[in-house]
Amino acid sequence: MTTFTLNGEVRTVDADPETPALWVIREQLDLTGTKFGCGMAQCGACTIHVNGCAQRSCITPVASLEGASVTTIEGLKNADGSLHALQQAWIDQQAPQCGYCQSGQLMSAAALLAENPNPSDSDIDNAMRGNVCRCGMYGRIRSAIKQVAGASFYDAMEGSQNG
Amino acid sequence: MGKWTRRGVLSAGVLGGTGLVIGIAVRPGNPTETAGHLVAGEGENLLHIYLKIDDQNRATAILPHSEMGQGAQTALTQMLAEELDADWDLMQFEEAPADAEYANMAVGRGYLFAGVDFPDAVVPTVDGLMLNLADAMGMQVTGGSMSIRATGQYFLRAAGASVREMLVKTAAKAWSVPAGEIRTAKSMLHHDASGRSAPYSEFAAAAAEMTPSSTPKLKKSSEFSIIGQSKPRHDIPSKVDGTAMFAMDVKRPGMVYAAVKRTPVAGGSLKRVDDSAARAMKGVIDVVKIGPANAAGLVGTYSAGETIAVVADSYWKAEKALAALNLEWSTDGKEQVSSASIFEQFDRDISAGVDRANDVATGDANAAFGSAATVLTADYRVPYLAHTCMEPPNATAEVTADHAEIWIGCQNPLGFRQHLAANLGLDLEQVTLHNHFMGGGFGRKSNADYALQAAMIARQVGRPVQMVYSRGEDIKQDFYRPAVQSRFKAGLDADGKLVAWQNTYVDKHEPVEAPLIPYAVASQDIGHVASPTHVPFGAWRSVDHSQHGFFTESFVDEAAHAAGRDPYEFRAEMLKDKPRMLAVLNRVAKEAGWGRPMEEGRGRGISLQESFGSIVGQVVEVTVSGGKTWVDRVVAVIDAGYAVSPDGMKAQVESGVIYGLSAAMYGEITIEKGAVAQSSFADYDAIRMHDAPVIETHIINSGAAMGGAGEPGTPGVAPALANAIFDATGKRVRTLPVIKADLRSDAEASPSVAAVGT
Repeated sequence: MTTFTLNGEVRTVDADPETPALWVIREQLDLTGTKFGCGMAQCGACTIHVNGCAQRSCITPVASLEGASVTTIEGLKNADGSLHALQQAWIDQQAPQCGYCQSGQLMSAAALLAENPNPSDSDIDNAMRGNVCRCGMYGRIRSAIKQVAGASFYDAMEGSQNG
Repeated sequence: MGKWTRRGVLSAGVLGGTGLVIGIAVRPGNPTETAGHLVAGEGENLLHIYLKIDDQNRATAILPHSEMGQGAQTALTQMLAEELDADWDLMQFEEAPADAEYANMAVGRGYLFAGVDFPDAVVPTVDGLMLNLADAMGMQVTGGSMSIRATGQYFLRAAGASVREMLVKTAAKAWSVPAGEIRTAKSMLHHDASGRSAPYSEFAAAAAEMTPSSTPKLKKSSEFSIIGQSKPRHDIPSKVDGTAMFAMDVKRPGMVYAAVKRTPVAGGSLKRVDDSAARAMKGVIDVVKIGPANAAGLVGTYSAGETIAVVADSYWKAEKALAALNLEWSTDGKEQVSSASIFEQFDRDISAGVDRANDVATGDANAAFGSAATVLTADYRVPYLAHTCMEPPNATAEVTADHAEIWIGCQNPLGFRQHLAANLGLDLEQVTLHNHFMGGGFGRKSNADYALQAAMIARQVGRPVQMVYSRGEDIKQDFYRPAVQSRFKAGLDADGKLVAWQNTYVDKHEPVEAPLIPYAVASQDIGHVASPTHVPFGAWRSVDHSQHGFFTESFVDEAAHAAGRDPYEFRAEMLKDKPRMLAVLNRVAKEAGWGRPMEEGRGRGISLQESFGSIVGQVVEVTVSGGKTWVDRVVAVIDAGYAVSPDGMKAQVESGVIYGLSAAMYGEITIEKGAVAQSSFADYDAIRMHDAPVIETHIINSGAAMGGAGEPGTPGVAPALANAIFDATGKRVRTLPVIKADLRSDAEASPSVAAVGT
């Protein structure tokens, strides 16, 4: 038995401790927004947050989540139910095409901005290079991240004329 | 692999190697009788096979194309909404069921030839298109960059226009006013003289009794208010919060999971299985072997080969147990086949001219080479490529003695249904297929092999099964973009004019025009030799344009340099009779700042490619340092006639460029001992965020017949890249991928310098 918080709710699952969190989340907890892309942490489609850090759920043994706070794409929205600023930016930039990688892209980007609200291009490169998008929407994803980063930066500078 | 069948060639010809959806645009009679039971629900009136309106005045377009990321569903809805004079906020869409009502060309063709009134601009392509449509009968395919230019242009616009006319006539009768006095706007009918207004929904039921006109009047482009606008895609909100449903997100009561492994050498079979260890593992339900399934793909027939499957109560357990199987496969006598032996075979067959047949033979090439001042030759090679859709092939199936139901994401729902019925021994009516968003398609998901595997496993275990390919299985069991070799010879006269062009390449596939060049060269000898291999081949984004675009646009660049000419001007001079192509070339040169000086180590390359009815020019800028290539910037110009959704078209070009760039930089599937050697993103990588260039896309609305957008961005990036590398380094990349080429300068390659440099 493993107990952890998933998108704010305490959940207990009965699974082989070695089972990757990806399959527990998808098959047992019925949250299918987290995607299987490679099973080897090479593509990022399965990215979730574990205690706020981006992690590849396809190689995260479920037992390692004991006591952790886990967030999936379904839990990314704000507490009031509105879209996370990145989700809105993704829509504004029309970033998804097939959309299959985008849960992972968003989770990686959200972890980046939580840590570094105003990332440079190379910060974005480093945070996002683990997420493959075969539709090739990297330019739009970068624009969406910058759209939010700019807003965050402006918020931080509130009242300043330098924003 | 089987050779192209006659039918395969015909249907794929103008369609670009895949095919398209056929619909009944203007079928007389009440559509409710033929398709109402399939698509109309409570409170909905089906006014046309492609359109229903509900009692809340919401109009739904019923679209016979699948969504694999290309966004065509939103653009198609725009085309229908435009002619309907719909309120865009009241428009929605759904995918048509996999039913013959949405794929019956005999009917569609009959009524089109009966004289549908299309704008003059689109008429010239109708005849050629219809000839191929007829042979694609029975297909409901998304591919060939055909959604907008065929379905949208010929069917959905007519649907919207004819329903608008029906609503006007119905209202005119009810209000006892002349139809000509009624105007429509934003899903409302208005009679200004009497001040009467009503929503479409008020007359939808009565109008549904009418026969749609076969000659509705379509708008001129100057009247468009919805077509030509960048409407946000309807599917995107569900793709940012995890709610979009892909086939793998389906869960059926009592469902179990299957992991599979198919014969590593195509054509091989399973000689021996020891499954004792696997069967003893926790959660394992069964280990089943399924025989080869035969299915006609879009590019010929194939045998999917024998598969072993482990069925377990979780996918992870199934995968673990699959790895514990002790298997022995036969190699069908292919154990000596490797990529090296395949290219040796190509080289030999080109030299021997095995069954050489001409695509083009104009002028006297031999004489022209004899009198040329300069003759240059080169061999170009590209490897096999896999598709690596982000979503690996998967399907969920429930099969009983008299019914099969399948949940899948595929590019050809009706074709898949037919293959399932044939392989399971069922009637078409006994097979139900639910199509879902595809996590990428790129041509891979037009092959029904993965649907058949899931269904056969489900039949054997007698319960609902979700079968999922591992990434390794996806890469090893693909239908590959064929490896090709091309041997070129070019002749320049004393003035540096290109006067002779010869090209001999292996294995002709589709589109037939892919190896042709647009340039005015007096003597041309373009032909192909037969050199088949056992490696399964299939449609891969832009199909044969992906190989030949690289070959021809690189070699013409070589000719320009041999002539001492600027590669852009060299091309432009040979396009005097092709104003549309010249306009694209000029525009891309201008937008890219062609001719502006660049720093040491940087370079710029250009390409021009027509494919799927669209013309794309590209300029790529690179930095080459320490032998490594960085693609800094890609400028693309597309003339697809008219952009229905400009931002959607730009997104498609950006996507096509990155897909082509991934292949050009890194893509290589190799064959070892008859089998595919690669198995993951580690050895078959793609462009990622850190090496993705800035892409600037410009659209020319020339008003020419509409072309596609999904594929035309792909072919031109590899040659523009190779030409840029030559500009930067003086080294010509004639074999892809780029990552295999040694691009170090002499100084960089010298050990003493390298030691200091690093």
